[in-house]
Order: sequence, then structure tokens, then C-alpha cells
Amino acid sequence: MKIDLNLVGAKGAIAEAAEGKWGMTIDQDVCTGCQACVAACAMENNLSFVGEEDAGYGRTQHWIRIERFWEGEYPEIKATPNQPMLCQQCGHAPCEPVCPVFATPHSDAEQLNLQVYNRCVGTRYCANNCPYQVRSFNWRDYHIDPFHANMVDGKLVFALHNQFNPDVTVRRRGVMEKCTFCIQRIHKAQDTAKAEGRDVFDGEFTTACAQACPADAITFGRVDHHESLVSQLSHHERGVKHLEELNTLPRVTYLKGA
Amino acid sequence: MTATAKPYSKSAKTHDAHHEDEHDMKQYLMYDPKPRGEMNRMVMESMTTTSWKFWVVFAILGVLVATCFVYAWGYLIAEGLGVAGVNRPSYWGIFLVNTVFWIGISHAGTFISAILRVFKAEFRRPFTRAAELMTTFGLIQAGASIFMHLGRVWLSYWLLPIPNQRMLWPNFHSPLMWDLLAITTYILSSTIYLFMPLIPDLAMARDRSTGWRKTFFKILALGFRGTEGEWRHLTTAMNIFAFAIIPVMFSVHTIVSWDFAMAMRPGWSSSVFGPYFVLGALHSGMGAVAIVLFIMRLTMKHMDYFIRKEHFDALGKLMLIVTFAYTYFFFNDYILQWYGGDKWTDALLHWLEEGPMSWMFYQLILFNLVIPAFTLWNKKIRQTPWLLALIGFIINIGMYWERYLIVPVMLTINRAPFTWKLYQPNIEIFLTIGTFATFLFFYMLASRLIPLIPVWEVEEGQMTHSLRKVGKAELPTISEFE
Repeated sequence: MKIDLNLVGAKGAIAEAAEGKWGMTIDQDVCTGCQACVAACAMENNLSFVGEEDAGYGRTQHWIRIERFWEGEYPEIKATPNQPMLCQQCGHAPCEPVCPVFATPHSDAEQLNLQVYNRCVGTRYCANNCPYQVRSFNWRDYHIDPFHANMVDGKLVFALHNQFNPDVTVRRRGVMEKCTFCIQRIHKAQDTAKAEGRDVFDGEFTTACAQACPADAITFGRVDHHESLVSQLSHHERGVKHLEELNTLPRVTYLKGA
Repeated sequence: MTATAKPYSKSAKTHDAHHEDEHDMKQYLMYDPKPRGEMNRMVMESMTTTSWKFWVVFAILGVLVATCFVYAWGYLIAEGLGVAGVNRPSYWGIFLVNTVFWIGISHAGTFISAILRVFKAEFRRPFTRAAELMTTFGLIQAGASIFMHLGRVWLSYWLLPIPNQRMLWPNFHSPLMWDLLAITTYILSSTIYLFMPLIPDLAMARDRSTGWRKTFFKILALGFRGTEGEWRHLTTAMNIFAFAIIPVMFSVHTIVSWDFAMAMRPGWSSSVFGPYFVLGALHSGMGAVAIVLFIMRLTMKHMDYFIRKEHFDALGKLMLIVTFAYTYFFFNDYILQWYGGDKWTDALLHWLEEGPMSWMFYQLILFNLVIPAFTLWNKKIRQTPWLLALIGFIINIGMYWERYLIVPVMLTINRAPFTWKLYQPNIEIFLTIGTFATFLFFYMLASRLIPLIPVWEVEEGQMTHSLRKVGKAELPTISEFE
């Protein structure tokens, strides 16, 4: 039976079947913290370069970030594994019900949290309610900020506009955004597979962060296909979900503690 | 010997006190009647007599409104929220603090006016209008602050359930949606509730003014002539509204608190937030009424006749009761959260206690709980207008801190320690000044345009109250109108 995730009262019912469709595993034991995923994500998804001042204020826009923690006081510190943090694509997402305009709906087809940029009015409630704090807000119109442009023959030329990914929307100011699990790649792979009359096979495509990871720490794929790599990894005994006690049903599994 | 002496001295004392009261019966507005024509004239004069000082303050406020409200908001819209200090993890900053603060201020108006009217508390009569005006103007500031906070304010009509071709509908699961509906209902009902008792006074003013004022009052008075039928309809409507607006008032601030309590945040998800916010709102609102009454009495003509020590005394007692109720909920909120033992809540509470914003937390306890609770016991203090206004001001600072702690400071601590960061306000400071200036600007404008004293209510009260001579003593009596 197909369960409508937006129905009131269905929340309890989906808890058991909530494996999701697309999932990711991140092996913290092999992650080197090189931030290649952060750069690749920014390139793939047309993330803004916020400039020196805002970056200094902590407004850098990243859909994935490497969190570094340590234990102990300064000279005797013990570094813990790097923790890449991105949208967990919760099956039971806290960000979804709080949006007053349905700008953060849940996709029934892909089992992902969507962000509808055009619908967002910028209340920022979703970001407040996200326990992982992975949403990023467009505080300014960074893409058309004249400070990022060169004056050529009396016209502003934005050099960075040439590297935009045509498959991804460029967001304007006052809009919330977050990791989409590279939904443009998902759709492209599905379209190709459909045109060729077959299913998307495991490893046919992957997200930008997983593709860029030199240590192969990130694995992406169908978690509901039990033969897929990501499904097997996510059931590994080293696997943990973040803040599982909140019952958010995250789709990202962290492997650590080898 | 002592046993026999005691009743004698006690009775002598009560006799003295009684004698004092009897002597001072004229200190109560209700027992110090003036002819109706005289009182109408006094109210009209208080409205039309304007000193140069008024215009100086008015001009300064006008400049502040133009720069800190209109220009600063325009700049914010044109540049985006980047010019504000809001940032991860404090996505909500002073804008929401202002919203909660102004809704809190707006509560006192309805409380004083509706609840005291329903319970027939006689001391409310001269200052219901001043409190109701605070409700309406405070709500305007609260609404403006919400819109300042939105990232794309020009699309805010999407929050309204307007039928459209694409079948897009607002999300009724969202506390912000409930908030919008509650505040809209409250603005509409409180404005109507302000307007209805105003009609007889507007009609009075229409009959006693000339020129543009006459036209102005003529339009607003809706042709009220004071016939029996008109009065009956008006009082019926006011009665219905007085009862109906009380649940609206309680629901509004409860729903505002749900914006926080429904979220999954340490420090926010507290089931006591509803009544805690309502009491907080009354706490700041009562203080604000004390300030407004003090300023009115100080600056406007004839106001020392209408607003007397008895009113400050009664208001001080109300403030004291609200202080105790607020204290209970304050400790209930914090101690229960601490008792819950959640790891993140513990981190938050320790951060409030010894973090960089701890001064605010301790000032909040001092200003909201300690100072009013230990000063308002004293009748002398309660009856001194400037002292009561000062205590009201201190309470309001404390309540502002309370909202500041709840919104940006509590947002600082979340379940993702990597993102912890203290909020620094930026353009919000100007916009806060702007909302305060706009509130005062509207209030000053209203004080020139409409009678701030509901003179018909005072007259009605004076007609039902009288002093009757029984033997040598004058005893106060009250009769019912209806």
C-alpha cells in the first residue's frame, strides 16, 4: 500500500517502512577531511560565493560541510574522525511541517525532502527546526553582486556565471536551500534508463560529493535495493545514524569505529 | 489586662482608618463628579491644547520613523537580509523578539479593557481607551516586525489562503500559519473593540468642534446621536466583544509561544510556554500601561483629574499579581527543563547561566521578578506615578531581555555543536528603534485626533456612584445601570 507522507496520522505508520529510496553512507574512518566534496558540491549545485565579509561572518553557503571535533584540552588533544554533514533527507523531517507555504514538501516519488525555491518566502523556520543545521539561506543576491564582477567595456561581466550548471536553478536572495542529493543527476539517470527501457543500475551515477571523494568515503545509491552497495553498507555493524533518538529517520548512515 | 486593651485599640485604629477614607472619598474619580458639559470640555481641551514641546518630540519621532523605520526597512528589502545580523544558527533575530514584545504590549490593552469591563472593575473607566490604543498600535508594530523578518516580503501574500489556479495552499500544519491567522483575528477584533466604545466620544467631539475636526469626527462617529436604541445596540455589541475578545487574547499569545514550543529545539520545546508567554505578555503590558498613564498625566491638560493615584494604585496591585503569576511560570519553565535532564537543554541552561549572555539572564530575574515583587507591596510606591512608571519601564526592559534570550540566544545552542555561534544584531537595532518610534508617533498622533479618555464611561460611572449621607457619615453607594 502506498502511504501518503503528508497525511496527518500517517507519521506513525511510515516509521517501520521508512527505509527510503535513495540513501548515502559516509565512512568517517576513511574520510581525510580534504573538503573535495564541499568544492564539488558547490560547483555542481551553483552555490554562491558569498565574499570575504560574509564568509568571515559565517555565512558561507555549503550544502555539505566537514565538521571537525576534538577531545581534550589543547596540547593533549585527540582528533575525532571528520564528520561530513549534509541534509539527511529525513523520512520524518522536522523541517517539512513548519513551512507555512509548503516550500519544503516531501517527494513521494523519490522519498526526498524537496526545497521549492520559487515558493519559499524566507521565514527560515525550517532552518531553525533542522536538528542537523544543514540548511543554508541566501542572505543576499550573491550571484549578481557587482563586487563579484569585472567591468568590461562599461558592462558588468560575472566571470563565475560561466561555470554554472545549467541543470540547477540559481537562487536569489531570501530563499532557503539545502542538499538535494543531486536530484538533477537522479532525474538524468532515470530519464536515460527509461529511454533505454531498463532500470537504473547501482553505481550508474552518483552525487557530486561521492564522485569527488578521493578516499571513496561516500557511497550513494538505492537503499531499498538490498543488493546495492549502499544498502549493504548502511546495514553494516559500524553504521550509525545521527540524532536517531529524534525519530527523524535519516537516510544518511555514518560508518565509524573500526 | 492586655486582652481587654487589644480590642479597644484595634477598634480605635479601624475607626481612624475609616475616618481617613471618609475624609478622602473625593480622591476617587467616581465620587468626585463634575457636570457632564464641563468634563466634555476638559477632554476636548486636552485633545486640542498642544504645546511646542509636543511638536518638537513629534518632529524627532517623525525623523526617526522616516529613517529607522521606512528607510531602514526599504534598505533591508532592497539589499536582502544580509544587512541584518541573523545568521546560522540564530536564523531568527531581533525581528521576532520585537514581534513577541509588541504582541505582549498589546495584551494589556485587551486585558484591562475587556476583562476589567466584564468583571465591572470601576477603576478601569478612565484608562481603557489608552490601553486599547496600545493594543492596536502594538499589533501594527508586531505585524511590521514579522514582515521585516521575511526573506521575500513581497511574496508574503502567499501565506494567505487565496484560491489560485495552481491549487497552492498554505500549510495549516505550520505554527506560523496559526500565528498569522491568530494575529490577523486579533488585529481586526481589537480594532473594532477600540472603535466601538469610541463612537459616543466621537459623537461628543463632533458636536463640540469646528472645521476639519468636525468633518473628521462626523465621518468617524457614524451618525451616532445617542438615542435609546443606539445605546442599546452599542452596549450589546460591546458586551459581546468584551466576552469574545478574551479567548482571542489568550489564544494569540499562546499561539505565538507555539512558534517556539512546537519546534524541536532545546529550550524551546516546553509545554508550559503557552501560559508562560501569556503571563509574560501581561507583565510587560501592565508596565507599559503604567508608563503611558504617567506620560499622559504629565503632559496632557486636565489629565490629573481623570487619572489619579487610585488608578496607579489599582494598576500596581494588578502588576503585583501578574508578577507572582509570572514568577511561578518562569521557574516552572526553567526548573522543569533542567529536571528533564536532556543533554542539549543542560548545555543550554549552563550557557545561559555562565555564557556571554548571562548578564541578560540575571537582569531578567532581577527586573521581572525581584524588583516588582519587592517594591509593589508598598502603597506609597504604588501611588507615586513616576515610581510606578519606572517599575513598569524596568519590567519592560526585563521582558525584552526575556524574549531576546528565548529567540536568538536560545537558538545559539542546538544539537549541532559545530554551528554554535552568538548572534550579533546589525540593522535590527535601527529597525527596533524604528518600531518604537512608530508606536510613539502613532500614539501621539492619536492623542491629538481622538479623545484618550472614554468620557462617557467616566460619566456613566459617576452617575452610578454616589455618596449618601447616613447620619453624619457619607457612605459610597453603587447602583447598577442595567
